[in-house]
Order: sequence, then structure tokens, then C-alpha cells
Amino acid sequence: MSRAETAVPGVRWRWTFGLFRSELLTTLRRWRTLALLGVLVAVPVLIGVAVRIETGGGAPGGGGGGEGPAFISQVTNNGLFLVFAALAATLPFFLPMAVAVVAGDAVAGEASAGTLRYLLVAPAGRTRLLLTKYATVLAFCLVATLAVAVSALTVGALLFPLGDLTTISGTRIGFAEGLVRALLIALVVAASLVGVAALGLFVSTLTNSGIAAMATTVGLLITVQILDHIPQLHALHPYFFSHYWLSFADLMREPVYWENLTRNLGLQALYAAVFGSAAWARFTAKDITS
Amino acid sequence: MAPHDTDGNTTAGEADEPSRARRRAARYVVPVTVMGVAAATIGLVPALADSGDPDLPEITAAQLIEKIAKSDVEQLSGTVKITTDLGLPDLGGLESSLASGAMSQGEDDGSAADPATRLTALASGTHTLRVATDGPERQKLSLLEDAAEYSLIHNGKDVWGYDSESNEVYHGTVDEPVGKAEEERPPATPKDFAEEALKSVDDTTSVTVDGTAQVAGRDAYKLVIKPEQPGSTVGAISVAVDHRTGMPLKFTLTPAAGGAAVVDVGFTKVSFDKPAASTFDFTPPKGAKVTEEGDLDKGGRPEHEPEKDLGKGPDGMTMLGEGWTTVATFDTGGAGLPAGGFLDSLGDKVKGDFGTGTVFSTRLINALVTEDGTVYAGAVTKQALVKAAEEAK
Repeated sequence: MSRAETAVPGVRWRWTFGLFRSELLTTLRRWRTLALLGVLVAVPVLIGVAVRIETGGGAPGGGGGGEGPAFISQVTNNGLFLVFAALAATLPFFLPMAVAVVAGDAVAGEASAGTLRYLLVAPAGRTRLLLTKYATVLAFCLVATLAVAVSALTVGALLFPLGDLTTISGTRIGFAEGLVRALLIALVVAASLVGVAALGLFVSTLTNSGIAAMATTVGLLITVQILDHIPQLHALHPYFFSHYWLSFADLMREPVYWENLTRNLGLQALYAAVFGSAAWARFTAKDITS
Repeated sequence: MAPHDTDGNTTAGEADEPSRARRRAARYVVPVTVMGVAAATIGLVPALADSGDPDLPEITAAQLIEKIAKSDVEQLSGTVKITTDLGLPDLGGLESSLASGAMSQGEDDGSAADPATRLTALASGTHTLRVATDGPERQKLSLLEDAAEYSLIHNGKDVWGYDSESNEVYHGTVDEPVGKAEEERPPATPKDFAEEALKSVDDTTSVTVDGTAQVAGRDAYKLVIKPEQPGSTVGAISVAVDHRTGMPLKFTLTPAAGGAAVVDVGFTKVSFDKPAASTFDFTPPKGAKVTEEGDLDKGGRPEHEPEKDLGKGPDGMTMLGEGWTTVATFDTGGAGLPAGGFLDSLGDKVKGDFGTGTVFSTRLINALVTEDGTVYAGAVTKQALVKAAEEAK
């Protein structure tokens, strides 16, 4: 489809990067995106303040006993655990919802605004435009996850003590290594959203209505999460993109337990390949009327 | 009709539409291929990885048993997958609260980090464990849970239990560092189970070597233990023994009635290198609730769980018969089960010289509770159980 393939490679790459940058800036400047990021930043603040009030007067630690998101019982003793608790709290819904909104809007939003054909007038080619859109959504996954992590780290440092931490296997690691693990966990969480991003992009190429694409993607997200909790469907569970999401906690074991982590990353790559290529098949063959 | 659907592109104008549609459809071959390749990979890789049974020198059953006995693995770390399917109704928490009922009257009395409470969870379902051993003084056993872990660490004189989910710590001490902690905990590794099974081997048992297998990437002999006495519910026990170290790597108990294994414990990963010393270091994290061993002993902690002991019976029990069809009996002192109660509906009514009673069945263990409160239990069939009870009267 693209007729600009004869351009000089260097120029083409610079042009692609320019497109990516302008796409990313457009996405991040939208009020909708800023509101989503605002919600994500607020979640750790809410958890931190709630835990602080709850344990404010009484003896720290102890109680609670396995209620609420993972890691929550350790937050009072080490603020770094708020990063893990906040990611565990946002990963099931808030983070993928934000990604679903951005991914669903990627192509369908342009179509409904009537700007898609202008984008295609530029000598970009549909494949490259789609890749740029996907790269933008992936960049948003990372930005959103880091927003949660940085907010949680700030709140954790302000409200709770920091220091050496105990891994869930009972061994101790220094604060610096804890920070490295926190960063690694944030990256794994961001990578866990790759599947939803690809799914959202595919849905986005199916329709010309941005709202419909967002609603469908969020709907699929909720449906899959519900199906993942129906025990009779256990044979299908390993293939749901959300099934291994909480495996990021395995990075806090000593030694790290890789089995579910690698399964999660492999599954996300599979979703990216299947729905990414399906989006390509749809988008490059589609009649662009608006 | 679709007369234009020809390969020759002769009538350019008219053939344009269908061939464009075809080209569009052709693009979807890519995602479908990706999915197909992925499905094939998922299906084929395990089959390819299974490189067949390894070739090992012939060995007799007696030699293999001796190899297990002589095994002196001091250092080890690995991952164990344990699946138990006793065929009990899924009672969830009820089951573990029954097992630890003697210890804590209310949930609040106990500690979430107490080993006696936690390791009973292994009695049903599938669990992943991590084990590490460095000599007789240092062992660690961790039960992996979703985003949490329960660790039992034995280091010198200290025994620590740490539950990361509730951030609670249990602390106990052992006077003689050697062995005691090992004996106190319920069986969890293939070795524990294999040793229990080998204790039951006698002249009513057939023990054979049944070829070889690969377990956790290591070549192993398969030892099959089969009770020959009629009336046992144990079908066969298969133990995979590492050919180099003599360490049992996998233990499978299949019931005589067939179906899935009742107990299946095996290493999925194993290494005989020395584990890092830091593995066994434990200091209670700041703010964790620490329960000392003494605090719990008020209520008298049960030392063993009856249903997990294959060979020996706890105190106060009389053993009837011998070998695999041993039936344990004890007097509850009570008046048996209230007739028509809820528990009654779970079992079958039987009559015999002992009066009337109720038989509760699982896939492995059958238990008979008589009117006068005597309990007979064993890994035997219902008929054999009733017969043993009649003979006892």
C-alpha cells in the first residue's frame, strides 16, 4: 500500500521518529489521558493515607492478615512496599482500563474525528502508521505504570520509614536492591499490559467510532477477568492475558521464581503478535472513508 | 454466481472487486498463522523435550532400596510440586480447622505463621514448594502462594516460620539441632514420602524396578511398590530415584480403584549445589508479630496428623493386623455420632458384630465410626474395614 518505500532510509527513520514523537505528545496532552494518569497517581496516595490512618495510633504491623491487595501488611514497616501494593492494586483494573482507553482510541478516534485520512496523506504508509500508533500505546503503558510507581514511592517515603526490606521468602535485601527490584517490577507490570494494548489496537481498527472501540476493549477486559475466576473454565485460564498478571510478585522471592513470570511475558508477546498482525491485516485493507 | 472469480485477470474491470477481496482476506492468514504456530509450539515442545527414557545400567530392587538408604545428600535446593487428591469434598477452611482444632479453640488464638496450622494446607490441592538443605542443621521449606509465601526455616537451634502475607513470625527452638525439626514437620518432599512407604515394605509387598524416567532433568530409576494383600486401597507406589545420588525425586501413590494419583510429589527443579548461606538467615522484619513456641503449647499442639502417617500410629491407638491392611482403632470416649446428624449423611451405614456404624470413605482412607464411639481407620477397602472391626470385637 505504501508508495513512499523508495525514500532514503535515514530520512524515513527520522520521519518515523518524528511521527512517533508527535503522536506521543498528542496522546499525553489530551485531557482524557491526563485524567487517567491523575486517577492512577491518586491510587497510591489513597492506599498510603488509608494505611497510615488505620495504623496511626495503634501498634504497627500484625493485624490485617491477608486482606486487601498483596504486600499491604508490610507497608507500615517499609514505605517501599507501597510501590508493590499500589501496583498489585492497580494492575487488575485501573492500569489496563487506562491502556484500553488509549489503545481503543488510537485508530478509531482519528477515524471518528475525521483526521485519519489526513494522516494517510502524508507519505507514511499504513503499516508504519499502525506501528507508530502501537509504539505510542506501549509508551503509554510504561508512562502509566511509572506514574503509579513514582507516586507510590513518594507517598511511601513521606508517610512511612524506608530501609532494608524482607523479601516474601524471609531473606533480607538492602534498600538499593529493593529499589532495583521495584523498577524491575514496574517494567514487568508495564510489559503485562502489552497484550491489552494489542487487543485494543485491533478493536480500534474495526470501527470508526472511538467510543465504541474503548467500550469494547474495556468490556473485553472485564469479561476476561470474570472468566478467569470461574473455576469450571480452568483449562482456558492459562490463555487469558490477565491470568499471570500478579506473577510480578515472584520477583520479590529469593531466589526469584521465574516460571510464571516467563509464562506471563510469553503470553503477552503472543497476544501482541496475534492481535498486532490482525490489526495490520484489517487496517491495511480497510477503506478509509473519514 | 461468481463468474469473475477466475485466476486469469482478463477482464480487468470486473475481476477487480473479487480479487481485491481475496487479497484482503489473504492478509488475515498472518494472524491465523501466528496463532497456529503458537498452538503447535505449545503442543509440541513438551513432546519434543520428552527425550524418552534414559539408558541406565540394570539394577535390582534390593540394590535400589539400598541406594536410597545410603543416599547422603547433604546439600540440595529445588522446587517441588505436590498434588494431593484424597477425594474429600472441598471443605476449604473447615478441613484445616478440623486438623488444628485441638490447638486453637478460636482462630485468634493461633498464629498465621505456626507450622502446624500452615502445612496442613498441603493435604489437598496442588502446591508449589521450595526446599533448600545444607547439612542437618540448616533447612528451609517455603510454600509459594499468590504474591505471598510461607517459609519454615531451621537454622541451628532456631526454627522460624514466616508468613509474608500477614507479616507474622513464629519462633521455636530445638535443643538438639540434629534431626528434630525434620521429624516435626509433616512430609513434604518426595524423600519424606518414599521413606514412609519403604517402612511399610514387608513380605506382603512386591517391589520391582520398572525402567527409568527423567525427573527434573535428571536420569532416574523407577521403583514400584505394590501391596499384594487383598483389601488394601493402595494400588501402587512409584518412586523415581536419582541414579547418581540415590535421592527420591518423585513419589506417586495411585489408589487400587484407579483414577488420578492420590498423592503426587515431585521435584520440578533440583540442584545438589550448596545453597547460598543467606537463604537460611532470618531476622523478623520490623513490626512483624512474633509468636513464640511456648505461647501455643498451652492448648497442646498435635504432634502428628493421623491421616498423613502411612506407617506408624499416634499414641493411644491400637493397630489391628499388619502390613498394608493395618487398621488403626481408638476410642473417642464419646457416644459416637448423633444419629441423623449432618456427618451421618456423608457416610454409609453398616451393621456388624460391633453394632451399627457409619463408614466415611475417601479415595485412600476409609474410616468406620461405631455407635459406641470407636473409630477404625485404614487404607483398606470398606469390606476389609468392616471385617477387621468384627474380628476386633
